[in-house]
Amino acid sequence: MQVLQVLIGGVAQGCIYGLIALGFVLIYKATETVSFAQGDLMMLGAFLGLALLSAAGLPFWLTIPSVILAMAAFGALLERLVISPILGQPAFAIVMLTIGIGYVARGAITMIPGIGTETHALEVPYRGALVTFGALVLAVEQLVVIAVTALLCALLYLLFRYSKVGIAMQASSQNQLAAYYMGIPVRRLNGLVWGLASAVAAIAGLLLAPITFVHANMGLIGLKAFPAAVVGGFGSLPGAIVGGALIGVVEALAGFYLPEGFKDITPYAVVLLMLVLRPNGLFGESLRKKV
Amino acid sequence: MRFIFKTSYDQDIALAKHGGHRFWYGLLLLALAAAPWTLDEYWLAQLTFVLIYGIVGLGLMLLAGFTGLFSLGHAAFLGVGAYTEAVLAAQGWPFPLSIAMAALLSAAVGAVVGLPALRVKGIYLGLATLSFAFIVEEGLARWESVTGGNAGKMVGAMQARIGDWGWTVDSAEGFYAVCLLLAITCTLAVLNLLRAPTGRAFVAIRDSEISAQSMGIHLAYYKTLSFAISAALAGIGGALYAHKIRFLSPDQFSVLQSIDLLLMVVIGGPGSVHGAFLGAAFLITMPQLIALVKDGLPAAIGQAPGLQGAVYGLVLIAFVLFEPLGIYGRWVKVRTWLQLFPFYRRGLFKRQKAFQKSDRLK
Repeated sequence: MQVLQVLIGGVAQGCIYGLIALGFVLIYKATETVSFAQGDLMMLGAFLGLALLSAAGLPFWLTIPSVILAMAAFGALLERLVISPILGQPAFAIVMLTIGIGYVARGAITMIPGIGTETHALEVPYRGALVTFGALVLAVEQLVVIAVTALLCALLYLLFRYSKVGIAMQASSQNQLAAYYMGIPVRRLNGLVWGLASAVAAIAGLLLAPITFVHANMGLIGLKAFPAAVVGGFGSLPGAIVGGALIGVVEALAGFYLPEGFKDITPYAVVLLMLVLRPNGLFGESLRKKV
Repeated sequence: MRFIFKTSYDQDIALAKHGGHRFWYGLLLLALAAAPWTLDEYWLAQLTFVLIYGIVGLGLMLLAGFTGLFSLGHAAFLGVGAYTEAVLAAQGWPFPLSIAMAALLSAAVGAVVGLPALRVKGIYLGLATLSFAFIVEEGLARWESVTGGNAGKMVGAMQARIGDWGWTVDSAEGFYAVCLLLAITCTLAVLNLLRAPTGRAFVAIRDSEISAQSMGIHLAYYKTLSFAISAALAGIGGALYAHKIRFLSPDQFSVLQSIDLLLMVVIGGPGSVHGAFLGAAFLITMPQLIALVKDGLPAAIGQAPGLQGAVYGLVLIAFVLFEPLGIYGRWVKVRTWLQLFPFYRRGLFKRQKAFQKSDRLK
């Protein structure tokens, strides 16, 4: 029973990794760049949720969509302001740029007097509730994380499979130039992808906030989402979630069975192994470079 | 305008291209050599740090700026070098030997990390080095019998003694001299490497792997070599860092340190040896500048713990957006403007509009 509980905890944690990794993958697929600011966008989302819920006193059901919408707009704005001017430059430049964005976001949050440097609890209605199935005791927060992740995956699947925008995004991710020739507004789509990625990050932040706490450095969890993205294959949306769950479970099991200290490094050990054995990940497509 | 009249092929690869180079670099060397007498203790210490970080920056520049492989885990090599030096110095090894060991061990670790570089590239390589750095950091924290764990480890003065004979470098001036000597040696070594076939191979790999391969460059060999040399330089820097700071703990070699090192390369100017030292100077003087203006700012901004990070982030964004060639690139533009005056054209250094390049379809 205890193992099962550890497993479910691991899956819930892994879903958070997966959601952040989903943001990486969305951006990577569309623009072939990697955003290191994803974890910090998540942190911003959590803080925004905190501000609306606790400070402004908005009801819970109103807070969630407004946070998601605001973060989506913010992501699109960010793309327009700083990312799109240097698209086409080496990937290294954009990596450094997003690292810079992350630094600024973290620094800006600590500048809010009285709030930025503290840790806060996000008062969601289901906070601290427990359910018992026989001998199994589960926190509702973890179940909510798993359920929302599943729902979000279904929505994204439908978006990419059936909607016009989703198909356009797929086209532009496969070949931007060809997509542009077909009349797809690639630049606007890139903005949309960034918006989508930050919305997903905001959801991850809102889901994570009740489990851990809201603080300026919570975005560093984004560094653990990279293993998730790599294990799943960097260009694969379902891969991100599966990879995240896998990393979460491995981490939870390592924390349970192995001596202290191994828990934090097992995700990275898994990634190194993965990169050596199967660099394209579980679901990644393997493509040969042609001259 | 300066026109160089070439009369021999050696002039093509000479380190100093013309009299101006000889004059200005000679002046710089003189100023650096005179620094212990002209600067006070505080600024001498800062200059020592610039030299140490400059050596590490040289290593990362060779890897990221000249071979085009970027590493998000360079702090790990720094850490390996620093701890090797700390352990060996505690056992009484003379420092020329222990620094050489630190460089060798770092190089060996670098060659191992370079192995994934043979299969993966671009962002995957960054993630591989990042993962590796996490593992090394945790290893340093957990291997308490050697590293002292999170409690930290004290490092003694730099010394080279056999029995009663030998000397100990315990003055700030003496240590500065050692750092200066090593920095000059490393810079000359890197410059020499870059004008030799090996360095040309690195640059060819950076510009296009496929064309490099077609010209007979063994990718695996040169990539591993680049990693090893880069790590060795980081190891030397780490060894000096250990003696300078006198106290090591694993959190000094975290991912944030790796990112600082990358920041140094990007801000200094990727693809230039000058950039390594300019970036190091930026990294060292920035906290001082921030401390200077801090009191003038409103308390909420001035006293925020994230102020330094935010400023670094803004500077980084500004450089990537407006001056991708870094401080050195800016200087080259200023110099060209002066040389061509009044014929400088605005479009001379215009960044070429590139199409979105795809790794998948290239």
